[in-house]
Amino acid sequence: MSVLLDDAIRRLRASPAAIFALFIIVAVVMIALLGPWLNPNSTQTLDWLHVAAAPTFQSAHWFGTDRLGRDLYVRTLAGARVSIAIGLVASTISILVGVSYGAIAGYIGGRTDHLMMRIIEILSGLPLIFFVIFLTVIFGRSESLLFISIGAVGWLTMARIVRGQTLSIRQQEFIAAAVAGGAGTGRIIAKHVIPNVIGPVIVYATLTVPQIILFESFLSFLGLGIQEPGASLGSLIAEGVGEMEAAPWMLLVPGGFLAVLLLCLNIFGDGLRDALDVKEA
Amino acid sequence: MTRYFFTRLAGAVPTLFIIITITFFLMRAAPGGPFDQEQALAPEIKANLQRAYGLDQPVWTQYGRYLKSLLHGDFGPSFKYKDFTVTELIGQGFPVTLQLGVMAIALALLLGVPLGTFAALHHNSAADTATMSLVVTGIAIPSFVVLPFLGLLFGVYLHWLPVAGWESGSLRHLALPVIALALPPLAYIARLTRGSMLEILRSHYIRTAFAKGLPLHSVIIRHALKPALAPVASYLVPAVASILTGSLVVESIAGLPGIGRYLVQGAINRDYTLVLGMVIIYSALLIVMGLLVDLLYAWLDPRVRL
Repeated sequence: MSVLLDDAIRRLRASPAAIFALFIIVAVVMIALLGPWLNPNSTQTLDWLHVAAAPTFQSAHWFGTDRLGRDLYVRTLAGARVSIAIGLVASTISILVGVSYGAIAGYIGGRTDHLMMRIIEILSGLPLIFFVIFLTVIFGRSESLLFISIGAVGWLTMARIVRGQTLSIRQQEFIAAAVAGGAGTGRIIAKHVIPNVIGPVIVYATLTVPQIILFESFLSFLGLGIQEPGASLGSLIAEGVGEMEAAPWMLLVPGGFLAVLLLCLNIFGDGLRDALDVKEA
Repeated sequence: MTRYFFTRLAGAVPTLFIIITITFFLMRAAPGGPFDQEQALAPEIKANLQRAYGLDQPVWTQYGRYLKSLLHGDFGPSFKYKDFTVTELIGQGFPVTLQLGVMAIALALLLGVPLGTFAALHHNSAADTATMSLVVTGIAIPSFVVLPFLGLLFGVYLHWLPVAGWESGSLRHLALPVIALALPPLAYIARLTRGSMLEILRSHYIRTAFAKGLPLHSVIIRHALKPALAPVASYLVPAVASILTGSLVVESIAGLPGIGRYLVQGAINRDYTLVLGMVIIYSALLIVMGLLVDLLYAWLDPRVRL
C-alpha cells in the first residue's frame, strides 16, 4: 500500500496540472470554511441600503448583494460548504455501496454475479435522475434524503470497477491460501479482496465527488435541493439567472465558484487516474 | 439480425412495464394529491373531481384502467392543465425537445470526433494538451452554468444572439441552448475518440496502410475511423440521457416550449398522468436508443455478432 502511495505521489508530481488543481481545491475549501470570519456580514441579514448592489470594497459586500440585500460573499461560501459536504457524504455512501456490491459479485461469481450485474445493467439503462427528482419531490425535500438519493445513484460505476478488479484478485494464490486456512467468504472479501482494490477505488472516488456536487447543484437549481433561506451553489445560480441582466454578479460569483471547483476536482481526478494507471471498467 | 431486433424489442416491453408500475405506485404512495391546493376545496367539490378522474376507485382498479387506456395509446387527461390530455401536452412540446436534442447530438458528434482524432494524431504535443484541457472543461462545467454564461457574453454584452426565446425554432434562438447541451457529450466523445484512435493507430494494419503509401487522410477516414468509433457508439445512450437531463434546465433557462418543464412541475403538482407520460416517453426513448446503438455497434465492429 505504501509502495503504491509513494509511486502515485511520484507520478502525480510529474503532472503539474493535477498538482495545481489540488492546490486550488485546498484553497477553495479553506476559503469556504474560513472565509466568513474575514467578513462582517451574515448569510441572513438584509441590508436594505444595498439591494442588488455591485461588488465593492467600501461597503464590505465584496461580491455584491442579492435582491433582498443579502451579502453574496457569505452566501456563496455557505453554498460551497453545503455542496462540498454533500459531495463528501454522498460519495462516501456510494463508495461503501459500490465497493461491497462489486466485491461480493466478483468474489462469489457464477449465477449470483450474473444476476447482480444484470441488475446494474438495468439500473444504468434507466434515467435515474428522473427517479431522484421524483423521490425528492414526493418524500419531502429533506437534506438527509438528498444525501441518500444522490448517493444511491453514484455507486453503479464503482461497483463495476471493483467487480472487475475482484475477478482477477480471486484467481491469486493468497486467496487460495486464505480459503485453505479456513477463512469464511465474508472475511475473505473484507480482509483480502477489498484492501487490494483500494487504488482504483480512490481514483474513481475522486471522480465521483465532482459528479455528485454537480448533481446536487442541478437539483438545487431546479428548486428540489436546498431550500430558502439556506443556500447551495445551485440555488444561488438559479437566482442569478433571473437577474443576470441587471445584476450579473449574482450569476457570475456562484457560477464561477462552482465551475472552478468542478474543473479542479476533475483535473485532479484525471491526473490521479493517469498516475495510478487505472482503466475504467 | 431482424430476429435479434424483434427479440430485443419484445424484451423492452417488460422493462417498460416495470418502470410504469414502479412510477405509478410511487406517485400514489406520496402524500398529497392533485386536488390539494393551498386553499382547500369544499369536500363535495373535491369528491366530485376525484370521481370524475376515477380517483375514488381502489388503486388497483385505477392501475388496471390506466394500463388499459395506455394499450389504446391514450395517456389520460392531465390533472393540472385542465382541458388538455397528456398526449396533447407531450405532442406539442416533444418536437421542440427532439429538435434541440438531435441538433445537440449532431453537433457533439460532428465536432467531438474530429477533435479527438486531431488530438490523437498530435499525441503528447501542445495541441493535444490544449484540446484535452478544453475537453476537461466541457466535461466539468454543467450546462446550467455554461448557458447563462454564454447568454451573458453573447446576448447581454455583445448583442450577437438572443438570450432566450423560441420564435418557432429560429437558428439564432437555438444556437446557445444547443451549444450548452452539446458541450458535455462533445467533450466525452472527443476523449473517447482520442483514446481508441491512439490504440488503433498503433495497430499493424494501420502501419501496413501507411507502408503501402496511403496518405494520412485516407488512412484515417477509410481504415481507422470506423473501428475507433465503437466506444463512441456505446456512449450514445448515456449521451442521450445526459442531453435529456440537460434539457430540463436548458429549456427553462432559455424559455423554450419543450417538455422538460412537465417532469418537475408535474411531480410537484402530483399530476399523476403527466409524470407517468413523461417517464414513459423518456424511458422508451432510451430503450430504443440502446437498441439502435447495439445495431450500430455490430456494424462498426464486425466481430460482434448479434
